[in-house]
Amino acid sequence: MLGAVVSLGGLGLLFGVLLGIAARKFAVEKDPKAVQINEVLPGANCGACGFPGCSGLAEAIAKGEAPVNACKVGGAPVTAKISEIMGVKSDGTEEKMTAHLLCRGGRGAAVQRAKYEGLHDCRSAAAFGSGGKACSFGCVGLGNCVRACPFGSLSMGPEGLPVVDEEKCTGCGICVKTCPKGVLTLVPEHAKVFVACSSKAPGREVRQACRVGCIACRICEKTCEFDAIHVVDNLARIDYAKCTNCGRCAEKCPQKIIVNELAKEKAAVAN
Amino acid sequence: MELRTFLGGVHPAPSKERTAGSPIQAAPLPKRVVIPLAQGGAPCDPLVNKGDAVLAGQKIGESKAFVSAPVHASISGKVVGIETCLLPTGREAPAVIIEGDGADTWVDSAGSTLEELSVESLRALIREAGLVGMGGAMFPTHVKVSPPPGKSFDSVIINGAECEPYLTCDQRLMVEEPGKIILGLKAWLKVTGAKRGYIGIENNKPEAISALKKAAAGEKDMEVVPLLTKYPQGSEKQLIKAILGREVPSGGLPVDAGALVQNVGTTYALATAIETGRPLVERVVTVTGTPVKNPQNLRVRIGTLVSDLLSYCGLEGEVGKIISGGPMMGIALPTADVPVIKGTSGILLLTPEEAAIPPERPCIRCGRCVDACPIGLIPTFLDQFCRKEIWDLAEEYHVQDCIECGSCAYVCPSKRHLVPALRLGKAEVLARRRRK
Repeated sequence: MLGAVVSLGGLGLLFGVLLGIAARKFAVEKDPKAVQINEVLPGANCGACGFPGCSGLAEAIAKGEAPVNACKVGGAPVTAKISEIMGVKSDGTEEKMTAHLLCRGGRGAAVQRAKYEGLHDCRSAAAFGSGGKACSFGCVGLGNCVRACPFGSLSMGPEGLPVVDEEKCTGCGICVKTCPKGVLTLVPEHAKVFVACSSKAPGREVRQACRVGCIACRICEKTCEFDAIHVVDNLARIDYAKCTNCGRCAEKCPQKIIVNELAKEKAAVAN
Repeated sequence: MELRTFLGGVHPAPSKERTAGSPIQAAPLPKRVVIPLAQGGAPCDPLVNKGDAVLAGQKIGESKAFVSAPVHASISGKVVGIETCLLPTGREAPAVIIEGDGADTWVDSAGSTLEELSVESLRALIREAGLVGMGGAMFPTHVKVSPPPGKSFDSVIINGAECEPYLTCDQRLMVEEPGKIILGLKAWLKVTGAKRGYIGIENNKPEAISALKKAAAGEKDMEVVPLLTKYPQGSEKQLIKAILGREVPSGGLPVDAGALVQNVGTTYALATAIETGRPLVERVVTVTGTPVKNPQNLRVRIGTLVSDLLSYCGLEGEVGKIISGGPMMGIALPTADVPVIKGTSGILLLTPEEAAIPPERPCIRCGRCVDACPIGLIPTFLDQFCRKEIWDLAEEYHVQDCIECGSCAYVCPSKRHLVPALRLGKAEVLARRRRK
């Protein structure tokens, strides 16, 4: 009994010492800065920065191969902390972005020209226009963005269109890259007015394909006092550097495709 | 003698009996045609404007790119617009719309004989006539017959397999116009300098085999090869394997096996272009399926709307699906307002019961798809890799060699959407290679 305890304990001690020596002798030099940076990064390993996970980015920042504000997900607070570690001045003034869906052609709004029965994947359906939808610019609605989002900020809404949870959205842009139709976009957080349509088809075709499509009537353009909204390629687009969120274009839009979230929020408060 | 064939493949019901015996008939001259500017290779620039009068056979679109075939007006009349239209491939592309004058006036053209034409002028004729692969892929023919430097053709194979169920357009052309097919084959041999020509025909078309054997009698450098009836015998690589016993290497082209494979329709169009000087403006289309009242093989002007053909053939009962091409590789159309293009071999209508797609179930790893794959891929693995986006493994398991024949999906007891999944993988692997 005693012999067994002594011999096993001895072996344990011996290997412990050997491992301790090996750890010292063969230690891999790690940049202490990289370790510190890795600790302040969000740790979601989303890959939005283009590096293999947060540790990859941390090493790159420590080596000076990536800017201190490379992590879009962490935003300004993380950038500030990394700047401190790196001893550089913070330029983390960049505004947080959030993803928005520029299509409202959900069930009931978009005309269906056929039934899509193929693989449950947006890319597959997009090879034939927008799946079964008559509009070939709109959201396919098979949820590749929802599956791709590493933060769980996207979900499929009741209309068969993805809904963004702005609280959870970090602006990493992975959904934007995933979408084969390009109907998702990143918009500065302060922006509250959106053109929720992506159709570049002429007005006549849009009317046939969807109840809520931009018909390029240019009323918004005429209404805007700040020269912030323009119709290009049959589609209204907002320049967020000029837009003041006044929401007049949204009021005037005959198709009701310009969404004013401020007005929605106010209405919600009033109720 | 044992019939030549390839490994793998499936045996779908041929379903050709409704049209196999019906002679090719001319469809009524369309009042309006929609001619897409991209039919084979790079899209063409229009050569006409809205309001222009055009004659049948007049060139209306051309591109400076080498890999592109010109397009021609298929009827005489007036150009009423150049608009974006839906194609039977599912894509949208600009097309020239011509309102017919009913006169069917043709541009002046002079025929010649094969002996008169030099190899260079023959190649120019192939391009000018707008020839593309009429089996469905629509690859410009003048590119196909020009081998890359250092490579050459020693054999030409006429693809008369027509392994797609329901379709009979090639079969009828072989039965009715064997002389023209032989003339076309002679032209392919001349333009490529190949020594031997083969005509591969599945053994369920004995009439076509005997017609071509008769027409080829006395031609020392030609051989009619009966093949075992099996899908996809009409795929280029499988045809080369069956007839020449050679394999096209992974990622390679038929020229790497020294073979040029040409569709029956394309061969017929070349013979027509030589004899009459007229470009490719019409093709034979099989209009068939249970809901079609009078299924038939129609000689159709390119750009004729599918809806016109359907009202000509008549419908009975409910239509569940309209397919451009055959049931194995064809594409379901969202509407009948699409034009017949150079690669449209058939219009197949299915009843709702026939068209119903059973729900997809999990893979049970039975391995039937592995036995069926004519390329020797492992569709069950590739399906998983492509859906889980493990592109490295998909590439390692040669997803890009998939010919999208659908044999795997045909035998799958779980009814998995294998082809679209593999198609995603092919596109992704290609994109990744380009990025590198």
